[in-house]
Amino acid sequence: MTAKVVTVTSGKGGVGKTTAVANIAVALAARGQKVTCIDGDIGLRNLDVVMGLENRIVYDLVDVIEGRCRLRQAMIRDKRLPELFLIPAAQTRDKTAVSPSDMVRLCDELRPEVDWILVDSPAGIERGFKNSVAPADRVLVMTNPEVSAVRDADRVIGLLEADGKGPAALIINRLDPVMVRRGDMLSVDDVLDLLAIDLIGIVPEDEGVIVAANRGQPLTLDARNKAGLAFQNIARRLLGEQVPLLEFDSPNVLQRLLGRK
Amino acid sequence: MAFLFGSKRSAGRAKERLQLVLIHDRTDLTPAELDSLKDDLIETISRHVEIEPDAVSINIAQDGREQRLVADIPLRSATRRRMR
Repeated sequence: MTAKVVTVTSGKGGVGKTTAVANIAVALAARGQKVTCIDGDIGLRNLDVVMGLENRIVYDLVDVIEGRCRLRQAMIRDKRLPELFLIPAAQTRDKTAVSPSDMVRLCDELRPEVDWILVDSPAGIERGFKNSVAPADRVLVMTNPEVSAVRDADRVIGLLEADGKGPAALIINRLDPVMVRRGDMLSVDDVLDLLAIDLIGIVPEDEGVIVAANRGQPLTLDARNKAGLAFQNIARRLLGEQVPLLEFDSPNVLQRLLGRK
Repeated sequence: MAFLFGSKRSAGRAKERLQLVLIHDRTDLTPAELDSLKDDLIETISRHVEIEPDAVSINIAQDGREQRLVADIPLRSATRRRMR
């Protein structure tokens, strides 16, 4: 096995990176892939609670890097999927405890063991972001259809290009089809016009995301859930499948007649 | 129709505003700097050939994620010059 390292980043905080990493990881593992997630947000870890693994943490990323434990010991096995692992961030340290070359070395050690390494980047464009993208073979930039998130995504896409980490692929999260139809939310086409990069997934706004996080159970395993389905589709696209995008935001007939978009 | 739907919907405004913001973020060029670039350009070109300074336009055009500085500089025609 030689793992592909995929980093999810966004610039702006709160757009859904952690939810995305947890759900894409579960979707890949449910398809028989061996997956390790790394929480890159040192000092503000959250991937552990979203995945429901917070009570199993003994060692963390910084313990591995500083040689207090072996890599294997910091890999927490998921409760449901035996081929899914989490390496949690350290909660009581800061981003400077890890360097980009530490992350490259750690991922290189892990690559022969698994199919996928998913890195959950912190918000921002500083050390934590640099650490998270350093080992990446592929970067997924996440945004919401909203001015500040799109602006920050553009900045991150520019930095990735300048760093030779491009081309990034875009995930548009928290799309509200009703607001788009009403003309009060940027549509998928609007966001793509502005950012001019490839799209790898559209995830609709979904209350189920909060419910799933409350329970510590990724919603991807619930087949009725639209956001879960969207994350499954992203996982399938990573695996090279051609999966059509979910359709949400085509303008209705009345708006077309009135010449509105 | 406007009374029915209120003023222009906000998504359109968001897109217009973002288009301008992203140009400036990507190029690190403010509208004021662009104006001063235009003045310099007019001055330099005028030293070599007669142009219509008021009709000069300078814009940043987008091509995917690439930005391009596009200048449209009408030359003053030789015939009109002679008639003066």
